Amino acid sequence: MKARSRVRGLSLHAVLWLIGAFVVVPLGYAVISGFKSTGELTANPFGLPGHWKAGNYTGILGDAVFWRQIANSAGIAIGTTCCTVAVSAMAAFVLARYAFRGRELFYTLFTIGLMFPFAVAVLPLFLLLRTFGLLDNPLGVILPQAAFGLPMTIVILRGFFRTIPAELEEAAVMDGCGKFRFFWRILLPMARPALGTVSVLAVVASWNNFFLPLLVFNDPRWQTIPVGVQQFQGQYSTDYAFVFAYVVLAMVPALAFYAVAERQLIGGLTAGATKG
Amino acid sequence: MPSPVSTLTEERTQDTPPARPPAPARSFLRGVRSWASVAWFLVPALVLFLVFVLAPIAVAVHTGFFKWGGAGPMEDFVGFENYARLFGDEVFLGDLERGLYLIALSLTVQLPLALFTAALLNRRLRGRAVYRMLFFAPYVLSEVVTAVLFTMILLPGDGMADQLAGRLGLEGLQGRWLADPSTVLPTLFVVMTWKYFGFHMMLFLAGLQSIPGEVLEAAAIDGANAWQRFRSVTLPLLGPTIRISVFLSVIGAIQLFDLVWVMTAGGPNHSSETMAISMFQFGFKRYQVGYASAISVVLFMISLVFSLFYQRYVLRRDLSGAVTTGGAR
Repeated sequence: MKARSRVRGLSLHAVLWLIGAFVVVPLGYAVISGFKSTGELTANPFGLPGHWKAGNYTGILGDAVFWRQIANSAGIAIGTTCCTVAVSAMAAFVLARYAFRGRELFYTLFTIGLMFPFAVAVLPLFLLLRTFGLLDNPLGVILPQAAFGLPMTIVILRGFFRTIPAELEEAAVMDGCGKFRFFWRILLPMARPALGTVSVLAVVASWNNFFLPLLVFNDPRWQTIPVGVQQFQGQYSTDYAFVFAYVVLAMVPALAFYAVAERQLIGGLTAGATKG
Repeated sequence: MPSPVSTLTEERTQDTPPARPPAPARSFLRGVRSWASVAWFLVPALVLFLVFVLAPIAVAVHTGFFKWGGAGPMEDFVGFENYARLFGDEVFLGDLERGLYLIALSLTVQLPLALFTAALLNRRLRGRAVYRMLFFAPYVLSEVVTAVLFTMILLPGDGMADQLAGRLGLEGLQGRWLADPSTVLPTLFVVMTWKYFGFHMMLFLAGLQSIPGEVLEAAAIDGANAWQRFRSVTLPLLGPTIRISVFLSVIGAIQLFDLVWVMTAGGPNHSSETMAISMFQFGFKRYQVGYASAISVVLFMISLVFSLFYQRYVLRRDLSGAVTTGGAR
């Protein structure tokens, strides 16, 4: 009996190892290949490098273009997150806690946004941004991203704001606290976990966006990391090891962020998916 | 006259005693003031949403009726000609077919894999947190980074995939992966699975964890074996999660762009082209913006009709008191 359950446990781990290998091998292959020269990579694709060559990585890390792309991505992610969270929190506040005519209509209007993908709007969005003169301007990426982030953020925040008891607001108002002060001084601090969750989601979505920055930024100075990776591959397509190193370094910020914010990210995604 | 706006607490906080009804003028004024403060909170979100989400759709509908190169005045009104051309275009019809193919693969391969992995990880197991974190990791990478990574791995001749195929005696696959019209979609699907199965696994795990242990225990006491418990207890209780997962897979396949654009740009010879790729090709490479707008509109209609239909007929029963909704947060 005991032996049988040991065997079952082992086969369970074997299956998980197999799936794990499917996930890890491409990543590990990229990291190791980044330490080879391209010549060695073609001659010895699988083994560890005979001579660990850090030059690919240090070369990229010493390149101002890489850091500028990181800074652009970070700036746009922060701008998008602040904008979408601030605006959504205000809307979610009234949609959660005030009864007024047309409330459900407004809420439904926002939830419609959950249903259709970014790709649908990207061409007309480009035309609009061109009319507004927002091409080659970070706002041309930040504002649309923030707008497309609204539905999910409002749904999650409204759900959270509704759980805060009405007695609390009554007590605050009795003490002479206005609507705005209640929102700003009491509700928002209480909603910190929910705000954390929606911020993490907004950061990841913005960091990984490719389609919009590709269209909006013609000027290479504004390029973000996803656009940069694609350009880099086109530019150095024969220097395999160098491209691998770039890909690995481009992954690091996202993976580091995931390691730090794992709980909010997964909690937010599952909550967003089931509520949306 | 009831004020159109009332806070949850308004009744008790007015400075006028409740015994005396407020004068109509004041009530009206109060109504306007309350409306104003609600508007103050709501307007920024509404403006952002109208300008950057809803207006583009109106622009696409408008532009879709014109033959237009993207610059200069839009004068050549063609009615539904762009749409007629669209539904006579073999590439576009192929886009729809390829979309259905990818959806079918997602539902028959990726979701079962995700569910299987979630079921394995839902038991007490050493290293469970590590496996979970690992399987989800590809989801946080951008599609572009994923695409470049796999483009390098799939390079003809020198890439890892060809080298591996050579060693495993699968020479028939060498040099084909993304280069051969018959293998390009399955290859792209494997990359999509690599990136997205961990996300669906997480959804399923959240769903599984919200199934009360007592239910499964009761089934075990009644003599149900592991498969029967899974088939007759777990799976039905997981229904809402599965339906959400299917929904997200379909929407994801409809809008697929980044991954395909970077890996194949729709080639070879349109064999991996998606609707979004066609739209991009016509809109930004061939300057047929009117026609590309018509593609956007069709893309929008497909997602809208699918979403409404799905919410009306499939998700409806899940909206109140579903098992997973409570346990998800």
